[in-house]
This record gives sequence, C-alpha cells and structure tokens, in this order.
Amino acid sequence: MNAHKHKNENETMPAIEVTDLTVAYREKPVLWDVDFQAPQRQLLAIVGPNGAGKSTLIKSILGILKPAAGRVLVMGKGYRPQSRYIGYVPQRGSVDWDFPTNVLDVVLMGRYGHLGWFRRPSKEDRSFAMECLEKVGMADFTNRQISQLSGGQQQRVFIARAFIQDAPIYLMDEPFAGVDATTEKSIIALLRELKTKGKTVVCVHHDLQTLKEYFDYVMLLNVRRVALGPVKDVLTQDNLRRAYGGRAAFLAGDKDEDGTQNSKEASSVES
Amino acid sequence: MDIGYLIEFFSNYTVRVVMCGAMILGITAGTLGSFALLRKQSLLGDAISHASLPGVCLAFLLTQSKSPLVLLLGAGISGWIGTLVISLVTENSRIKKDTALGIVLSVFFGFGLVLLTIVQKLPTATKAGLDKFLFGNAATLLREDVWTMGILSGIIFILLLAYWKEFKLIVFDKDYAKSMGLNVVFLDLLLNTLIVIAIVIGLQTVGVILMSAMLVAPAAAARQWTDRLGIMVVLSSLFGAISGVAGSITSSLMLKLPTGPTIVVYLSMFVIISLLFAPHRGMLWDVLRSYRHKKQLQRTTVLKNLLLFSEISTDPYHAHDVAALTAIGRGPLQKTMIGLSKKGYVRQSVPNKWALTEKGLNAAQKLTKEIEEQVNVITSD
Repeated sequence: MNAHKHKNENETMPAIEVTDLTVAYREKPVLWDVDFQAPQRQLLAIVGPNGAGKSTLIKSILGILKPAAGRVLVMGKGYRPQSRYIGYVPQRGSVDWDFPTNVLDVVLMGRYGHLGWFRRPSKEDRSFAMECLEKVGMADFTNRQISQLSGGQQQRVFIARAFIQDAPIYLMDEPFAGVDATTEKSIIALLRELKTKGKTVVCVHHDLQTLKEYFDYVMLLNVRRVALGPVKDVLTQDNLRRAYGGRAAFLAGDKDEDGTQNSKEASSVES
Repeated sequence: MDIGYLIEFFSNYTVRVVMCGAMILGITAGTLGSFALLRKQSLLGDAISHASLPGVCLAFLLTQSKSPLVLLLGAGISGWIGTLVISLVTENSRIKKDTALGIVLSVFFGFGLVLLTIVQKLPTATKAGLDKFLFGNAATLLREDVWTMGILSGIIFILLLAYWKEFKLIVFDKDYAKSMGLNVVFLDLLLNTLIVIAIVIGLQTVGVILMSAMLVAPAAAARQWTDRLGIMVVLSSLFGAISGVAGSITSSLMLKLPTGPTIVVYLSMFVIISLLFAPHRGMLWDVLRSYRHKKQLQRTTVLKNLLLFSEISTDPYHAHDVAALTAIGRGPLQKTMIGLSKKGYVRQSVPNKWALTEKGLNAAQKLTKEIEEQVNVITSD
C-alpha cells in the first residue's frame, strides 16, 4: 500500500457510496432514503432487526434489485455488475443444495463472469479454485456432492466462490448464519486477512455480542439509516433502541461500563 | 418373428421416419426437461403444451393450410404467449406461480378445444385431422417433418452448448448470476423459448396432453442416477430417446394405439425403475439402509445392556434372563440375540438365558467408551 500523493483521493473515497436509496415492495417501503458509505479497507457490518432491509440494501448495491430511487457508486463510479468490482456471498438458504453438482464446480461459478460463451473454465481457473478452497479449509471436499455438505461447509464453499471472483470489495449476506463456533472463527479470520490485503468487506450480521470483536464499522439499519460509523461510536443504548425498539438494551447487554447498568434495568423492565 | 421380417420392418420408410422423429424428440425433450426439472418448473411444460393447442387451430383457420410448419409455428407462438402470460401474472399480481400455471393451462386449452370443434365442423376441413395434436400420431410423420424437427433441435443444442454455464448458473443461483452482470432476463427468456421449441417438436408425435411427460419423466428418472448436471442431461435424453423410439414403433405396429400414451408408458417404466433401484437415491436402498441401521442399533443396545448387567454382578459372563433384557431394551429381542450369537458376541447357556462372550464383552466396552468420548466432545465445545 504505497499511497502516492496524487492517489490520495482514490485512497480516501468510499468503496461504496449509496445516496438516497429507496426500495419499495408493493408500495411498502423496504428501504427509505438511505445514505450509506463503506470506507475502503475496513470490515463493515450492516445490523438491524428482521425486515430492516439489510439484504435488500446489499441486493440493490449489486444491481439484483432495482431501487425506486437513489444512486449507487462503487469506487467512485456508477456501478455495473459487469465491472467485477464486487464479490458476492448470498444467503446460504437462497439456493437448492440438492442441485446436481460438486464443490469445485460451485466455486468455478465465480469465474463465469470472466468467461465468454462456449468457454469452459481453464486449468488456471481450476487451480485458482483449489487455492480458494484451501483458504477456506475445504480442499478435501473438492469432489463432494454439494447436498452432502454441512451448513458451515456450504457457507465456506460460497465464500470460496466469492474469493475466486478476485474483487476489491466483498458483500456477504449473513455469512455466520447457522455455522458452528469453530467455522465462525475461521470465517472471521478470513475476513481479517482480506482486510489486510486491502479489500473492503461488508457483511449483514445478526449478533450484537460479537460486533465489537469482529468489525471496525457498523451501520444500524431499520428501513431508514439509524447510524453509521466506527463500532464504538455507533453502539450506544440510544442508537440500539432506535433501531430495535425497547428490547435493544437487553440485546446489547454487557457492552460498556455504564451500559451494563442500563441494560440490566431495561432487561428487567422487558421481562 | 424371423430376421427377414425384422430387416424388412426396419427398412420400411414409415418406420424409419417414425424412429428418427421419435429419437430426435426424446433427446431434445429429455435435455431441456432436465433444466425445467431443476428450475422446479416441471409444470411449465404442461402449461406450455396445452397452451399451444389454440395456436394450432388458429393457424389452420387463418391459412387453411395443413402444413406442419404453419401449424407448429402457430403452436409455438401460442405456447410462448402462454409462458409470457404466466410470468406477467406472477410478477404483477398476488397470484402465485402454481395458480398462474393452472389458469393458463386450462384457459388456453379450453379455448383450443372450442376452436378444434369449430374446425372439425367446417365443411372444408372434414379431413383436417387436427385432433391428432391431442394424443399425437407418429405414423403420420413425414420425412419433411423429421427434417424440421432435426433442424430445430440442432438450433436448440447449439444454443444450449453456447449458454451451458450461464443456464447452469441461473438455474442454481439466479441472484448470484445477476450480481455478476449476466443478463438473467434474457437467459430466462431464452431457456423458456428453447423449452417451447422442444414442446412444439413433439406435438405431432406425442400430442399436447402428454407432451410434458416427455420433458419431466426422463429428467426425473435421470436425476436418480447421478449427481452431475452433464451426466443427468445425457441420461435424460437417452431415456427420452429409447422411450420415444419404443413407443412410436409399438403404436405404429398396432393400429389405433395413440403414440403419446404409448411413449408415456415406456417412460413410466424408466421412472419407476429409477425411483426404486437407483443407488443412493432409490427408495429400495433407503429401506435397506434403515433396516440395517435398525438392526445394528438393536444389537448394540443389547450388548450395552448386557454390559450394564454384568457390571452389577461379579462375573462379567453371567447369563441373564431374556425377559430382563426385553424390559430395558427394545424391539424383537429373540431375533437380535440369535443374530448376535451367530457373530459370536453372546451365547445361550440355558434356554432364554444369555451371556456375553469374551468377544462380546470387549465389543460392548469399546462401544460404551466411544459413546463417552462423543459426549465429551459435544459437551467440551
């Protein structure tokens, strides 16, 4: 990372910049006038209650959903999926794992955007896929039929498929959902490694307890943007209550010294 | 049936034409059926083929021509409009996909039947024979028809090879395909169009009512035997081709046997055999596996219980009453005991009194230790 002076602007501009994004489903707003900036080379979590529009935000950035209004800039430019700036890890449950294919084949799907018609993945693509599988600890499962994988293994295959896209930015939709503690730790280690390589990682996350430990930045979202910034600044009782409603303090629990008292009060009120 | 008759039979013009036609149909429908099945759109084929009937009739009414090319073009357009209506309805209303399929299927088919009746009452069209599109009649295939079928499936295969990985990706993970910038709307439409063409190819032979079986049945059978998409497609087209050829020859040999239903009978045999006997996914193997598992579970339970008893008494090889074992065990105990004694784990000293052998004691101790270790692993994490 040698930052040249004339590159300063490139270095400081947000990896992803979303302005006034509004997404509606049958007149019901899912995202309402959301502004969002993901700083480069950071781990950022999008956090919020169910139905807050977290996945919708990610899908709108990727161009999977068409927003009613708003603008998405990726590395300062209007985003087209063809530009290969973003690697995507969808929710594990979004596909049918009984599809007739094996692990290596799923990972190679990450190269399809780079190949033209009639073209099959090359030898280099295959060895790159093996590298990615090794990184996520799935090298022994190369030829395994995907229906025989456990939840954590499926998640790691999807992460390997995003790695092979070789993108500067990664968007991950609940990469920790339904994986065991060991897998969660190995996934977070991978994300940190991506960060040290200068990549930007944005994750939809659910667990407020691990937020401080895993991520640098966080956006609290509940249809509207509640707060965005470094985890320490954002994770206040006030913000959490605004995002989650009354139960927030109970959820945030034992985070900071003066918060502890509050949360105990709040949880006792709740229960 | 002697060899001479067979040679004569297969050199017969009609039989050769019918065989070629049915083979092309089976291969094409089986291939595209695999994609339809994996997209969970097995019923789409049914809706499209039924929706093509009004097209056949309208094409005849408008042109007064019985040329297959004209009629099939009408079928294709009408079937394609059917798919369009299905996606428009599901995307723009609260009506779910299965309902939309049902609506399109019955409305279009009903309209088609009305038109068919009108056509048959026309004085000029008494011999129109459009009703063969209901159940299909392979014997009426001409060489030109087979050429048309061949060219259409050639186009299908070129497009399928060109977009193989794109199709695979949109079937497996559509959102991911979109995120990489693949034109999913176009690819979806293309795949649907190919399915429409495959159905149109089969209308003369199999008919609108059973055409969807040509798509779904071979694919469902093929899925049972393999876990690779490529192999599934090849197997599916093979099953389709064999059934198509066998069915259309059978119906050509026996007068008045409609081709569509005959082919479907052959297809059903492939499906039944595959559902029952395919390794891994076949039902027979499921039954065998669960029987073996149950037997093993019963045996290990008895061994562990005998060990439990022997730990109470001083002599580990002390014989215990079978009733005591039944009281704390499960299942048909006598059979389990005999099974265990055949393997040398237990022996019967006096009738209904069973004791562990040395081999059985070791096995039981090992089993108990394994379970303890597993529990430790689970609780320590």
